[in-house]
Amino acid sequence: MPHRWPTRRAVRVWERNLTVFRKYSLPSLIGPSIGEPLLYLLGLGFGLGTLVGTVGGLRYVEFVAPGMVMSSAMFAAAYECTYGAYVRMIHQRTYEAIITTPLSLEDVVAGDILWGASKGAFNGTVMLLVVGLFGLAPSPWSLAVPVIIALLALLFACLSLVVAALAKSFEFFNYYLTLVVTPMFLFCGVFFPLESLPRWAQDLARFLPLTYAVEATRALMRGRPSAQALLPLLWLVPPTIAAFLLAARLVRRRLIH
Amino acid sequence: MTAISACRLTKRFGDRVAVDGVDFDVEAGECFGLLGPNGAGKTTTVRMIHAFTPITAGDLVVLGLRVDDEPVAVKRRLGVVPQEENLDPDLTPWENLMVFARYFDIPRAEARRRAADLLEFVELTSRAASPLDELSGGMKRRLLIARALLNQPELLILDEPTTGLDPQARHLVWQRLRALKAQGVTQVLTTHYMDEAAQLCDRVALMDAGRILRQGRPADLIRADVGEEVIEIRGDEALHRAVLAVLDGKSLRWERAGDTLYFYCTDGRELLPALSTLKPAHLLHRPASLEDLFLKVAGRSLQE
Repeated sequence: MPHRWPTRRAVRVWERNLTVFRKYSLPSLIGPSIGEPLLYLLGLGFGLGTLVGTVGGLRYVEFVAPGMVMSSAMFAAAYECTYGAYVRMIHQRTYEAIITTPLSLEDVVAGDILWGASKGAFNGTVMLLVVGLFGLAPSPWSLAVPVIIALLALLFACLSLVVAALAKSFEFFNYYLTLVVTPMFLFCGVFFPLESLPRWAQDLARFLPLTYAVEATRALMRGRPSAQALLPLLWLVPPTIAAFLLAARLVRRRLIH
Repeated sequence: MTAISACRLTKRFGDRVAVDGVDFDVEAGECFGLLGPNGAGKTTTVRMIHAFTPITAGDLVVLGLRVDDEPVAVKRRLGVVPQEENLDPDLTPWENLMVFARYFDIPRAEARRRAADLLEFVELTSRAASPLDELSGGMKRRLLIARALLNQPELLILDEPTTGLDPQARHLVWQRLRALKAQGVTQVLTTHYMDEAAQLCDRVALMDAGRILRQGRPADLIRADVGEEVIEIRGDEALHRAVLAVLDGKSLRWERAGDTLYFYCTDGRELLPALSTLKPAHLLHRPASLEDLFLKVAGRSLQE
């Protein structure tokens, strides 16, 4: 069957999720997606930072801040499009309910991904504000960081929905979060420069999208954006499109065929 | 006017044939029932009608539109009550309806008006703001019906609308469905309860293993295949022999299923005096039903 593209009706799914979220918003705001990066920033940035001194001419807390912004967006999108989407897709049969209306399954998938990406973007932007309040984002270029946040959140929303479409139970998400998301958090230049890694690990990290997002954000927040730092962000786009198409195909196979 | 026209409609999942080239028409304004055991292909058939499952082969025209060409236009004009409850558990009944109305682009004020009317119609007005987990199974089913009516559909599809409900809840659902039919809403329902079909359906199709075995008005089908009346007698082997001896020579069609004998006849009253003298523990004289018809055409053995 030819692939169907989503329509603007996908926004209805986003609105539906917002309606539900507004009833239960507080726990998910102070939950892991903002709380955890904030704790890392305080604990590692200010605490461990006193032992580390400077990294590449930056105080350690200044070095860590961009990664905290990006990882809060990444984690929020990943949680929403794994646990959240799985509950809607499988437990609550929300997808099946919606596709009896004029919305197609591709609309629903796109809407749910947009929602997960929005949550990621929102959390990342809140972290950016927090970081800004600590004076860790002095450059006016920091105002452009939300664009990177949105790109990264969208990518992780798509990837995570692929995982949700394959998952047999919640257990499955442990593998994904522990073996895919957390390693990126640790090895993509969030806590230490890539150059500290062995050569092969550096090459590996160059395949991981978070690396480019963190480097570009660091450049913007310190006010030294260069084409060299920003252009690699384009590498976030093809995997986003591929993951969206794969997610739509897998959800269709799971729910309909 | 024809609401649904299916011609050699077929659905295969890999090697498994779920629906095997069925033909049927549903007229506007009627209630059409797809009957049959679990796995007969009923749900797959209705899922093709509401553009959930793509058809493998054949033609399917719903409300004048080919479903595989114009799924969105078809879905805009029909309502679906699913077999598995899929309401939003985090939202109240009122919020469920308001959220669902947006999928059809119903303006907010109009959606409020319709939601209020529909909650009234399914007798849930007093529960409009209750948490969903405080609703009984019957209430949730009625809410699903209200939800399916938000877009004022010309065709309502109900997949096992009363499975799992207690008798009061079933009868309330039946009343509401008859009221909808009186308003002119065409209905297609699936069920494995023959009494439900008898209560609601103008015409039925008996399905088994992906095929339609019989199709028509329930009364006509029963008369043609089973007859007018049935006498059931339950007892041991000795009683069975005695009964058969008494009725020998009456040229009745009869059947044995386990400990029960079934006699199919036009007027059972004349047989009753002779049978009562045998004092069977269980003797029932009743009109023939869709269930008799179904068991006759599909067989009594369990198909698993």
